[in-house]
Amino acid sequence: MHSQTLDHDGTDVFGFWLYIMTDCILFACLFATYIVLNGGMQHTLMLKDFVALPDILIETFLLLASNFTFCLAILNLYQSKLKKVQFWLMITFLFGAAFIYMELTEFARLATEGFRWDLSAQASSFFTLVGTHGLHVSFGLLWILIMIFQLPLLGISPASKRRLTYLGLFWNFLDIVWIFVFTVVYLMGAL
Amino acid sequence: MFMKLLFGNLTLEAIPFHSVIVMGASAFMLLALLAILFVITYYHKWAYIWNEWITTVDHKKIGIMYLLLSLVMLLRGFSDVILMRTQQALAGGSSYGFLPPDHFNQIFTAHGVIMIFFVAMPMMFALLNMVIPLQIGARDVAYPYLNSLSFWLTFVGAMLCNASLIFGSFAQTGWLAYPPLSELYYSPDVGVDYFIWSLQISGVGTLLAGINFIATIFKMRCQGMTLMKMPIFVWASLCAMILVALAFPVLTVTLALLALDRMMGMHFFTDYAGGNIMMYINLIWIWGHPEVYILILPAFGIFSEVVATFSQKRLFGYTTMVWAIAAITFLSFVVWLHHFFTMGAGADVNAFFGIATMIIAIPTGVKVFNWLFTMYKGRIILATPMLWVTAFFTTFAIGGMSGVMLAIPPVDFQMHNSVFLVAHFHNVIIGGVLFGYFAGIIYWFPKAFGFRLDEKSGTWAFIFWVVGFYVAFMPLYVLGLNGFMRRNFYYANEVYHPYLVVAAIGAGFIFIGILLQLYQVFISIINRHSLRDATGDPWNGRTLEWSISSPAPLYNFAVLPSVEELDQFWVDKESRHHKVSSQQVIEPIHMPKNTAAGFIIAMFAGILGFALIWKMLIPGIIGFLGVIITTIARTFTKETDYYIDVETIKRTQLAFQKEAK
Repeated sequence: MHSQTLDHDGTDVFGFWLYIMTDCILFACLFATYIVLNGGMQHTLMLKDFVALPDILIETFLLLASNFTFCLAILNLYQSKLKKVQFWLMITFLFGAAFIYMELTEFARLATEGFRWDLSAQASSFFTLVGTHGLHVSFGLLWILIMIFQLPLLGISPASKRRLTYLGLFWNFLDIVWIFVFTVVYLMGAL
Repeated sequence: MFMKLLFGNLTLEAIPFHSVIVMGASAFMLLALLAILFVITYYHKWAYIWNEWITTVDHKKIGIMYLLLSLVMLLRGFSDVILMRTQQALAGGSSYGFLPPDHFNQIFTAHGVIMIFFVAMPMMFALLNMVIPLQIGARDVAYPYLNSLSFWLTFVGAMLCNASLIFGSFAQTGWLAYPPLSELYYSPDVGVDYFIWSLQISGVGTLLAGINFIATIFKMRCQGMTLMKMPIFVWASLCAMILVALAFPVLTVTLALLALDRMMGMHFFTDYAGGNIMMYINLIWIWGHPEVYILILPAFGIFSEVVATFSQKRLFGYTTMVWAIAAITFLSFVVWLHHFFTMGAGADVNAFFGIATMIIAIPTGVKVFNWLFTMYKGRIILATPMLWVTAFFTTFAIGGMSGVMLAIPPVDFQMHNSVFLVAHFHNVIIGGVLFGYFAGIIYWFPKAFGFRLDEKSGTWAFIFWVVGFYVAFMPLYVLGLNGFMRRNFYYANEVYHPYLVVAAIGAGFIFIGILLQLYQVFISIINRHSLRDATGDPWNGRTLEWSISSPAPLYNFAVLPSVEELDQFWVDKESRHHKVSSQQVIEPIHMPKNTAAGFIIAMFAGILGFALIWKMLIPGIIGFLGVIITTIARTFTKETDYYIDVETIKRTQLAFQKEAK
């Protein structure tokens, strides 16, 4: 038996859960800020005057689909089918990238139409909350790419399983955060 | 154009050549740095420094580096004290003292930031690193590489804060940088940016260290050590680290939002366009109040260890102690509003937070009585760690009581932002946190370095510190009650003058105390052979760290211990069947290899931080990509570990046993 110094899978995954918890608090603060700054005083220009909800729904489905394909990758990982894991990770990447592309075009449209981040506190908190989520997803995309390249090097090993477990936790977490963004920002704020 | 991309807003004018004090301090800093570099080069120690320290992932060495960092920053923070106390002792009535207001403002801001973030926090992590894995019978922390990264991020944050001395200026906003003063409109220079990015970088380091220690304590305790058999220091640290994990993300967000306001023209905390200043003040204190408990809880843990050891008795009321710590952990999150009773929350809200604050006095009182009952009928040994504990009892009780006074909202309306408050929090932070950490450092010094600290000079340092503390801070209570506000660079009413002179004299006593502590370390190094701790158990200790040699071997425990009760080591000594580890089967030990990744990532983070402060595009991109690429490159390395063979372990253990006899 190894000493406890190194890479006990249980310890490592526990630590990653702790990280997810701290990230959860980070988003909680951003949500609180968004809610506080959007309550009370009404600004002349509000998000609901600009937002295109159908696009947001498409974004949501893209992200949910990416989550599903990621799970397919994990299923194949446990059946030791390396090529299929890479394939489904690639699909996940494409869904995620499409989500980011749509989000960025939406941001650009909002900004050109006059709802810029420096317009008001409402706009600032909107861009920061949604943007932080987008930034997380972008890092997730980079991570997926690295895993696609790293998988052949690691093979189907405890190390690759552990890393994909982290990535899975991260990716699922971002999905859940998005559900809250969709509800709090778009449905409650824009309807 | 290219120069603009490379240097951003940084020009030669940013260096304050006109200020003699700043230039003198900078020159001193640079000379000290050059001297260190020269000595290392002269003795050909670069390879040693790189291999043994900079790239190390050994928790014991990282602890020592944290300790060094905190001591250096303590000197920096204390030089601010001398400037402030002299200025206030001089600048009354017709005299304006020697410091211009903008410089004075930077000094009190830097003092607060440095003492909390770069003295107290590193000192706490020094103790945690030096002690926790040994106390729970582990060979390292859960994530050694992350531990190295945490340290270097803290180091880089501290260095960024120091860089503000030479390049540009530091914030003039007070240590929490309340908006709208900290917004770009009122603070257009780089001071607040230094504040934001030095705290942001070191804050990430702290958060990672917090996660690391929670995982270490939950997952790596030795066989048989259930939660209720952990030493109290481990319990206190666990709760403090849980607070870190819960509170530091809030700091990250708060600072990020302020940075977005300043860099992107956003309106989170501006006083127009819908910004909400109170949002900042609530957020920063939702982090800030738990932060105080992050500092004090490990100190409580130290007191518990020291009291039990030097009273030669089992700690009184272990279970109540654990519950008291847990209660304080919870309560620390429901009292933040008492920092701004005067800011219009209304009577009902103030009443809730006032009562919640007073309730914290109950678990704290439980702890104080537990310590006193531990001493009751004990065979007390008044060694220097115990001296600090005795001074803590009275000092902390006074500070705690002035805290309960401030918890009463109507009283707080009178005292808010007066030096009464300054006296109160120094009373608990010096009397509680700092005295506790000093006790801990002296107590565990032999375990880290292999020899004890000189007792005589230590006693004198203690006397000057404690006397100096009372002389410096008791006048501030009187001044505060008489309406003297904090952060004054000048006052017209000369009635205040004598009290401030007394306070300055007190600071002088503390200064002598610090010098004596430096002398104590120096004389102990000279006499290290006569102070050598050959047995590994210099204080007749109770917990597992005293069962191994001093300093602890690289692998900590040749054979991982197993325990059946609290204070197993003490129980073994009492029943005289001290296990000799060489009789047990020794196996090769799996260890993590050193890595430079943590150091390199932190250096790139420092470049990124400096670039963000001065709006330098090219260095900013280099710093950002450097962090990302180094992190990724590290995930491609496969050889991250090695084995220590049985022969080496046996040889080390034998040498220890021979010396102990």
